[in-house]
Amino acid sequence: MLDNKKIAELEEKAQEIRIMIIKMLARAGSGHPGGSLSSADFLTCLYFSVMRHNPRDPDWPDRDRFHLSKGHCCPVLYSVLAEAGYFPKSELLNLRKFGAMLQGHPDRHTPGVDVCSGSLGQGLSVALGMSLAAKIDKKDYRVYCLMGDGEIQEGNIWEAAMAAAHYKCDNLCAILDYNGFQIDGRVADVMAIEPLADKWRAFGWYVIELDGHNMAAIYKALNTAKKIKEKPTILIAKTIKGKGVSFMENVVDFHGRAPSEDETKLALKELKGE
Amino acid sequence: MAEMLYARDVYGKTLVELGRRSQDLVVLDADLSGSTRTGIFLNEFPERFFNFGVAEQNMMATAAGLASCGKIVFVSTFAMFASGRAWDQVRNTICYSDFNVKIVATHAGITVGPDGASHQAVEDIALMRSIPNMKIVVPCDGPETREAVLTAFETDGPFYIRLGRSKVPTLEGRPPFKLGKGYVLREGSDVTLLACGLMVQEALKAQEALAKEKISARVINMPTIKPLDGDLLLEAAHETKGFVVCEEHSVIGGLNSSCAEFLSEKYPTKIIGIGVRNRFGQSGDEKSLLKEYKLTSDDIVVSAKTLV
Repeated sequence: MLDNKKIAELEEKAQEIRIMIIKMLARAGSGHPGGSLSSADFLTCLYFSVMRHNPRDPDWPDRDRFHLSKGHCCPVLYSVLAEAGYFPKSELLNLRKFGAMLQGHPDRHTPGVDVCSGSLGQGLSVALGMSLAAKIDKKDYRVYCLMGDGEIQEGNIWEAAMAAAHYKCDNLCAILDYNGFQIDGRVADVMAIEPLADKWRAFGWYVIELDGHNMAAIYKALNTAKKIKEKPTILIAKTIKGKGVSFMENVVDFHGRAPSEDETKLALKELKGE
Repeated sequence: MAEMLYARDVYGKTLVELGRRSQDLVVLDADLSGSTRTGIFLNEFPERFFNFGVAEQNMMATAAGLASCGKIVFVSTFAMFASGRAWDQVRNTICYSDFNVKIVATHAGITVGPDGASHQAVEDIALMRSIPNMKIVVPCDGPETREAVLTAFETDGPFYIRLGRSKVPTLEGRPPFKLGKGYVLREGSDVTLLACGLMVQEALKAQEALAKEKISARVINMPTIKPLDGDLLLEAAHETKGFVVCEEHSVIGGLNSSCAEFLSEKYPTKIIGIGVRNRFGQSGDEKSLLKEYKLTSDDIVVSAKTLV
């Protein structure tokens, strides 16, 4: 278990990550704040308390893998990687610019990114490949994969879900950022995905449902997943799109729009608790 | 009589050979391991073989994940599904990352035969060729298949190797395969017959028929579609009056298009494509289909004569 001090530290770090997300998106003038903010807490928990990794050696063969299947939320990944020391934080302000390392969707030029992503629905398969490689090599690293809730409307996700259970990939832990919104509106209205937990259970997965903004719960769930044998685990994390910035929360417009100058000031003020 | 081999048999055996050589070789299939012959590898190395069922998109993206961990991944299914069904996965997750994924697609072209149009991929080279980093090889016989597979194993990055369903005669006196190189099989000075895959045999037959009519045809085997052997094309463009490009593929987007794109820029030359002309295939035996779609040595002869 994490003590209260460590939890407070992680919560503070997640808030710093959110500040970086807003700053980099404001500078870029385009990008995806909603899903980046909703996934800031479990990415922080993963990179700063759960995953085995070394920013000075991004290719370390025994590292735990993280794959961002919903590639459009790369601002959160880039912020976490920069915070961890994979590359200088100054790079964040070049996001999406011509000649910049940080592309609009992740690619392999960024240290800490193993496989590019952006076209939705393929990431769980990528993570499955990493998981199978660990089994072949008899390595004990774990593989984490973050998916969006709209993303799981892609058929490829369910092909991968079937295969991961078939091959008993207990080193694989998927995280579903269940914020309830996609570009065209509420997920439930665009294309209903419920009953979610039942679907994943039916596909042979161990399912943990949790509050995706409760740091202690996230930490506990990620560690519970480590103990599940013979099947992959999915964390269905109920989150709030745009979490942390009042006027972005549950506002579908902020799925894929950068904040204006005024909105940026307001957002940073809120996030800094001023 | 030349030895007749299934290229896919040779493929399966070559995988076993490579599997012994390297622990990093992994093979994937999507419920066609008997047909593609990856099953031969499965029998030897079950721990490094994964069947994904009828789910090609997952198979391709999983291959990328394996490759990201240092594996050299051979992935097989029919050409139709490898190139068409999983194109986005091949483009965005394999090729964009420039991973060591070698797609060996079998049952390409109309000679798939009785299965009909849904299974007769004549657009696959076009689909794969437009993706950056992808290298494309169409071997003409069994031994060239082995050499192409070995080369793909030894060369970094993604490959698309295209094999047919049926047995093909082994070419005598063929120079060893080298990626990005074509080979003059018969010298000639009037026209150039450029071919890949099973059409190499038809081009050779056409050369003999043309010789009887005192037309000197150069025959080039062009197993690598990408990267294309531009030097060999330029040489033939300078030394002969035009090209007949022969492939068991649509004239849109394959070897014919590759040659036209290259030569129109460097040395505009008359090029006639022998290939499927904007049509779907249909059920039938191999011979009837090749005749119907004008993929025979007779068709090559007719086209060649218009160039001299």
